Amino acid sequence: MSAIKKIWDDVTSLWSLIVGLKVTGKNFADKQVTLHYPRETVSEAQIEGFRGPLELVGKPKKPEKPKCIACMMCVTACPSKCITVVKAKAPKPTEAELQAMKEAEERGEKVKKPKAPKEPAKFLYDFSLCSLCGSCVENCPVDSLRYSSNVYFTSTDRKDFKMDLLGRLKKQAEVAKSAEPVESPEAAVETSENSTRKDS
Amino acid sequence: MSQIPVELVKLLIALVAIAAFVGLNGLVLVYLERKIAGHVQRRPGPFEVGPHGILQPLADAVKLIGKQLFTPSGADKLLFWMAPVLSFFPVLLLFLPLPFGPTATGMEMDLGLLLILAFSGLNVLAICLAGWGSNNKWGILGAARGVAQSVAYEIPLLLSVLAISFQTGSLNLSEIVQTQGGWPWQWNVMIQPLAFIIYFVSALGETNRAPFDLPEAESELTAGFHTEYSGMGFGMFFLAEYANMIVVCSVAVALFLGGWQGPFFDGAWWFLAKVYLLLVVMIWLRWTYPRVRFDQLLNINWKWLMPLALLNLFITAFVTKLF
Repeated sequence: MSAIKKIWDDVTSLWSLIVGLKVTGKNFADKQVTLHYPRETVSEAQIEGFRGPLELVGKPKKPEKPKCIACMMCVTACPSKCITVVKAKAPKPTEAELQAMKEAEERGEKVKKPKAPKEPAKFLYDFSLCSLCGSCVENCPVDSLRYSSNVYFTSTDRKDFKMDLLGRLKKQAEVAKSAEPVESPEAAVETSENSTRKDS
Repeated sequence: MSQIPVELVKLLIALVAIAAFVGLNGLVLVYLERKIAGHVQRRPGPFEVGPHGILQPLADAVKLIGKQLFTPSGADKLLFWMAPVLSFFPVLLLFLPLPFGPTATGMEMDLGLLLILAFSGLNVLAICLAGWGSNNKWGILGAARGVAQSVAYEIPLLLSVLAISFQTGSLNLSEIVQTQGGWPWQWNVMIQPLAFIIYFVSALGETNRAPFDLPEAESELTAGFHTEYSGMGFGMFFLAEYANMIVVCSVAVALFLGGWQGPFFDGAWWFLAKVYLLLVVMIWLRWTYPRVRFDQLLNINWKWLMPLALLNLFITAFVTKLF
């Protein structure tokens, strides 16, 4: 009895062959997902979640300045040591100010020494070392880092992958400003190259 | 001039025409295979050479011809280079008795079917020599598999073909075609559906096509018996594989699907259309099923195809004797 049942099971499981053919047949008839690259480029929706090289996020009201507070969390978190942040130094007081401070001290008043602003003076990023693990993005307390959507980033020179993110942000802000009133085609190309992921 | 027999001239013309047909079909099939593979995986397939990549197989052929022919050290030179020749040239002979149309047959012969079955066995020898002569472990493994597989799958293939011969009482392919009618319900596949399925599965095994492509098995044996071949050495095996596919599909069409007879009109166009339909099914199967394991391959053959083919043959013999 069990032998007959086994044979019957084998025969009925032949149906799975037809199921397989149906699957491939359906995929054959379906729309293709390949983009013919030089003639077509990816759309916004297609690169959602894409991890491009890092970029800084600007302040909402001052897009050329990053939200970054130079806390060095990203530098600490980075496993490949590809981020270099140099904190901004306190502004040097002028002669007159020094004089005034001295006098105030002599008078016994409390003197406010100029403090270093909480912002980076330099924000360097070596994309050739970066493994895009996202530790920096996760660890940033002020959400000043994010992935760009720069899909077509290529270069023949190693130097191009060592990026100055502050300069990049400044450039992006300028482009965004000039592109706002009239959507000129050149500016559009520029933005797509430099990538500004839309803030959500 | 008068000494040259007409038969010989006819044979020569037929062989040249067959060689051209095989070459052209090789190009078309390579393109078809890659396009279907692409679309099944939702890619475009070859696209850049010519409109929609139509010139890609031609470019590939030029590349293959231009490549250096390389003999590995320690290889048996004679056997190594005999194998691709032995794989390709007997295939041309297989096309001779095929009835492409009412008159378009290379050579009308009473034992046409037998000739095809006999000479298709030479492919096994070619695979064996290629694997042995290469002095390569993948090669010898692929060859061993190829021989075991081809020998095993030849038996149900023969038995299923024999059922049709019993039924029609002929080994002449043209005669077998003429016993069938133009409409699908007049074809042999309606009377012998089991034989057709067994034939088709065994044909996949005989031509080393996926899911039975164990002699090549690129994920395990790099390329199996043709690992060491470069340039046209590989090209010959490649061309022979496609030519063999055309042969088994043509025989299937002649035996089971009414040959050149079709609804409304008869002719070579029906034959080619049916052959290409079967070829597309073969390619479709390749890109659907994973490769079977070797024990599974032989189990399918000895435990299923063989008994079923024998049973089918006995029933056919009984019924033909009875009526």
